[in-house]
Amino acid sequence: MKGDSSLKYRVGEDCITGWLLKVPVLIAVGMLVLFFVVLTAKSWPLLTGGHFWQVLTSSEWLPSEGKFGLWPFIIGTIAVTFLTMILAVPVSVLAAVFLNEFAPKKLKDIALPVIDVLAAVPSVIYGACGVIAFIPMVKALGSALGINTTGRCLLTAALVLAIMVIPVILSIVRDVLAAIPQEAREASLALGSTRWETTYKVVLKLALPGIIAAVMLGVSRAFGETMAVMMVAGSIPEPKPSLFKAVYTLPALIADKYGEMLSIKMYDVALMTAALILMVVIAVVNFGAHLILIRLRRRY
Amino acid sequence: MLAWRKFVEKFWLGVMIAMLSIAVISVLGIIGIVLWRGFGALSFEMFFSLKFSEVTGEPVGIANSIIGSAYLAGGGVILACFISIPLALVLQREYLSEKVITAVTIILDVLWGIPSIVYGAIGYLILMSCHQRASLLGGIVTLALLSVPIMTRAAMNVISLVPIQLRETSYGLGATRWETISRVIFRQALPGMATAVMLAFGRAIGDTAAVLFTAGYSDKLPRSIMEGAASLPITIYYKLMMPGQLAQRQAYAASFVLILIVLIVSAISRTISNRLSKYTVK
Repeated sequence: MKGDSSLKYRVGEDCITGWLLKVPVLIAVGMLVLFFVVLTAKSWPLLTGGHFWQVLTSSEWLPSEGKFGLWPFIIGTIAVTFLTMILAVPVSVLAAVFLNEFAPKKLKDIALPVIDVLAAVPSVIYGACGVIAFIPMVKALGSALGINTTGRCLLTAALVLAIMVIPVILSIVRDVLAAIPQEAREASLALGSTRWETTYKVVLKLALPGIIAAVMLGVSRAFGETMAVMMVAGSIPEPKPSLFKAVYTLPALIADKYGEMLSIKMYDVALMTAALILMVVIAVVNFGAHLILIRLRRRY
Repeated sequence: MLAWRKFVEKFWLGVMIAMLSIAVISVLGIIGIVLWRGFGALSFEMFFSLKFSEVTGEPVGIANSIIGSAYLAGGGVILACFISIPLALVLQREYLSEKVITAVTIILDVLWGIPSIVYGAIGYLILMSCHQRASLLGGIVTLALLSVPIMTRAAMNVISLVPIQLRETSYGLGATRWETISRVIFRQALPGMATAVMLAFGRAIGDTAAVLFTAGYSDKLPRSIMEGAASLPITIYYKLMMPGQLAQRQAYAASFVLILIVLIVSAISRTISNRLSKYTVK
């Protein structure tokens, strides 16, 4: 050991580093507070003065006239997220149940690492694939059904996003299932239920809060996704979303318009309001989901 | 009724296998399509040339974005290390109470969930308030903010794998908290910290929305930290939207390189963590 190693020195060192190490904690907590304060301060002119409600519900998006109705973007984001979840939740939950409860160990050992790696693939890659493969596919589907569409529409965005969130939900559900105690399964099997009955009536029942948390995390991922949606969704504000029509989401709005935002008065305020809405919704959903997961972890 | 119950089980088993196949095929399909398209677009010039095309004035390759991405993600991750690793070391029972640890952990998880476009918007606001244009530095700072929660959570997992006996031995020999943390726990967790750093690097290099406003774009290599820099994800996004054979080929090649980097980085970090968990006392 270098330097002075008297007890006094060592205790002093311990005391000082103990205080210094609190700094990163303050930074991490400060980050969340800072984000919230900065965005609130920036969007303050729209939040106050009674027109916040109007901004939320109006569909008039005419920045040059000072009209910033965010409704088409909000409903667009909700529509994409909803459709994504309808497509992704059954696939990922059932696949996770199969992997954890029924699959042979060998398949598990191959599939789980692959899924983890897939969850790390950047979203712009999913967007690129959407442009290459899904837009022509949906266009062909549209013309087969007799609907005129460019292929850049709600359905394409939801398909791409669904494939993107499947690994995310799958791996969380798998973790939750793996934490359910083996005794619960054994008790049910010993009473003569089949494996499916055990899974359905015992395991899934115990895991239900965790599955809900996983879906919530999937929702927050889809809600905030920018690139994959922006590249395939067409970006036309539509107050009434429909499967084969273009859709415009809040994140895509921010990413698209940041270049113009300094040239028009109040434009930056409107975009930062969009960012604030996005952040608050996602922070609340995430907070709830992690609270549920922590509770579950304590119980088992 | 047993036959019926067995039939129900068979039915659901079939459904579940179908769902797993859909999940695996669709995700692998996406990567397959991009890799296949990208492989066709690879060439020596694409990778290494910084020259410009005489016809369009566009760069012929994607070397500028490969190097730009390496600067951005590398810089961001190194910067994040200075916050994340001490943070992971201090979130222990010795320094903070259980309640504080849980609260900070949840805050980190929430920060992890906040979409990168919001980080991008915040980064842009910070840049504007300093009267700066989009630059390499702006991109690095934004990516550092984005990486902090990811790296910290991963580092916390690594530290939790350090056997408790090691810690008890150290305290039993009369070491202080700082001596235990810095000389025993940190050293034991060091190889695993590499996993956390790599995980954050993989996320940072693939992130588009965060660097879209903050790092700018440039056809040349950045000569100083205040200049804009190209990056792989932005190149994919811009070039894919552009008409023209060359731009499309560049987009495919950039996707190929990006996927490859991300897959290699996460495969390596997985191998490290697997090897490490073999030696932990359970």
